Amino acid sequence: MSANLYGDTTSSPNKDHIISVIVRDEPRVLTRITSMFARRGFNIKSLSVGTTENPGVSRMTIVVGGDDNILQQAIRQLEKLIDVIKVLDHREEKFVDRELVLVKVSITPETRVEVRHIAEDFRARIVDVGRYALMFEVTGDEGKITAFIEQMRPFGIIETMRTGRVALSRGSNADIPAQVYTENGSKSLEPVLGDVEI
Amino acid sequence: MNGAQALWQTLINHNITTVFGYPGGAVIPLYDALTGFPEMRHILVRHEQGASHAAEGWAKATGEVGVCIATSGPGATNLVTGLTDAMMDSVPIVAITGNVPRALIGTDAFQEADITGITMPITKHNYLVRSANDLPRVLAEAIRLARSGRPGPVLVDVPKDVQLELFTGELTAPHARPELPAPAEPAIQKAIEVLKKAQRPILMVGGGAMDASKEIIEFARAWNLPVITTLMGLGIFPAGDPLWLGMPGMHGSVAANRAITNADVLIGVGLRFDDRVTGKVSRFAKNATIIHVDIDAAEISKLVHAHIPVRGDAGKAARYFSEHATYLENKEWHDKLQEWKERYVRHPVWSAGYAIKKIVDQLTEDDILSTDVGQHQMLAAQLARFQKPRRWLTSGGLGTMGFGFPAAIGSALADPGVRSVVIAGDGGFQMTAQELSTLIKYRIPVKIAVINNSFLGMVRQWQELFHENRYSEVYLGDSNPDFIKLADAYGIHAVRATNGEEMDSAIEAWLNHDGPSLLEAVVPNEHGVFPMVPAGASLEEMVETHEEAKQKQ
Repeated sequence: MSANLYGDTTSSPNKDHIISVIVRDEPRVLTRITSMFARRGFNIKSLSVGTTENPGVSRMTIVVGGDDNILQQAIRQLEKLIDVIKVLDHREEKFVDRELVLVKVSITPETRVEVRHIAEDFRARIVDVGRYALMFEVTGDEGKITAFIEQMRPFGIIETMRTGRVALSRGSNADIPAQVYTENGSKSLEPVLGDVEI
Repeated sequence: MNGAQALWQTLINHNITTVFGYPGGAVIPLYDALTGFPEMRHILVRHEQGASHAAEGWAKATGEVGVCIATSGPGATNLVTGLTDAMMDSVPIVAITGNVPRALIGTDAFQEADITGITMPITKHNYLVRSANDLPRVLAEAIRLARSGRPGPVLVDVPKDVQLELFTGELTAPHARPELPAPAEPAIQKAIEVLKKAQRPILMVGGGAMDASKEIIEFARAWNLPVITTLMGLGIFPAGDPLWLGMPGMHGSVAANRAITNADVLIGVGLRFDDRVTGKVSRFAKNATIIHVDIDAAEISKLVHAHIPVRGDAGKAARYFSEHATYLENKEWHDKLQEWKERYVRHPVWSAGYAIKKIVDQLTEDDILSTDVGQHQMLAAQLARFQKPRRWLTSGGLGTMGFGFPAAIGSALADPGVRSVVIAGDGGFQMTAQELSTLIKYRIPVKIAVINNSFLGMVRQWQELFHENRYSEVYLGDSNPDFIKLADAYGIHAVRATNGEEMDSAIEAWLNHDGPSLLEAVVPNEHGVFPMVPAGASLEEMVETHEEAKQKQ
């Protein structure tokens, strides 16, 4: 049980869970999803949205902070939304996740070379060169990005922007049903129910 | 045909021929088109909130979609309470709102409100229709959504120029009702294995099983299971049946709450373990293996961990249980329950409880009883003896004062052959009393009982129990209207009872009057509703009298 009105507290640990949400590309779908999270008190650690190869279908990667119960409840509440076609819980499978960040680092004639070296170690691309600053583009998993930012911190980070994580499951299966608007709606999913304990 | 005409035609094609509404600037084209559809019965209310609750009353009584209509801006925002109420109690209603012309949307135009934004958290889904050609398709989808799976409210927002735009498409045929999902067999099989071994089982039934009454009764009898019906589930299992234990929760029966605490297997069907039912959730059904049957996966293990989750339709699940039944004797358990059943509150002559008992004793099994919210609602829930589903209309999840009277109007129009009775308090009745106009306009024979104790009784009771009798802002007696004169002002027949002796003749005059009628029962205010589980306490901490409650404080 997660914490509730009566002060019962949670038993499973809080951690970050990554899920993908396949949605109809309709007005306000982002608001519907974020407002559901907000009103139920779920924590969105990061959220990224983009269109997909299918017209009319968008995909979100959401990082949800909380225990297993919160994650399960968030997934099931998402599945109830009419614009949600499918929710993928990446705990169940292997997946690839990436994040992109733009980092503007301040440089001086003395530090320029060292900063470039560090960037090479991280395979960071230079996307803008100025006399007093370099802008890098770094792609990778969360750990790599965080490490890069920490390495650059001593030189003076002017500003950064991270996309948040994006994820796809491994293998050849596509997660998106080709036909979005089916006759009987988009809720053909049987939600995963927990193991029976007696 | 323009958008407005296409809208009416689509409703008619769906067999929806009664709507509750209130005109305004942004729906003038709709109302203009209405004149060309004589088969459409439009009920003019006096406030849009009344329209939303009347649509709910219609839907709760029939199981079919109720429709309400309001103009943009303030008209639309007046539907918010009814929509929220419908969301909480899973009532299938469709709200149609006008909006400002497309070009003006987002400009803070006169009577503009972002109603799709406002109602996002309180509807199953909502639509802003951007072209007349989309209108029939969207409306058909809204009606389908409202009544499919777990029912709920859907809002369709139609800008004024869309109503006027030429419709050139094909009208959408009604969607067939989607097949309800059958529960997975392994899950039910597991549940049956557990149930077979149960020595102290109980079956707990909520509003989600409203259309599975027959199957639930068979299930309970085949297994010999004691049955608890929640506030929303009253009537699904016949009250007074030897297997029936009453209602659980904050004002539930001793038998139901004791049974929950002592059960070793609890099967919940179509309920969501609301905090008013569970009390302190960590102590709820502590000794039981919990089997939870629900169509909405998000309700399973939301509040109470389900050891055996069964997702699917209540009726199909109950039928499966019946087909694989084992009659459980469990004599000791049934004897114990019988003992607890003897412990119920006797209401002294002349009290709200006495008056309400007198009223509900006059009801036949076909009569529909609506209530408002508060002490009278809990007393009615405790005292009425429902034999059938959809005869009890009350605001459970949201606890909406002002719900009862307009809901009774909706239910009375749904089936003119059925008597609709509403019990309200003096506070709640005044929240939607303007609908007396609606009543007299259509001569709807609703029987209104106002239980007048001059207080916001339920709040007063809490102030007595938890706030040392500091009656802050709950006294209404110095400023209540004379309810008899109020009814009279609308031309509605009214009678008053001020003591036990007057009650019988007053009830007779009230119920036998041909047409709408109001009964005012002037009752003393010193009686709280008991039994009671204090807020935050567990079900086993239930108190049965005011004195006991004070001692425990």
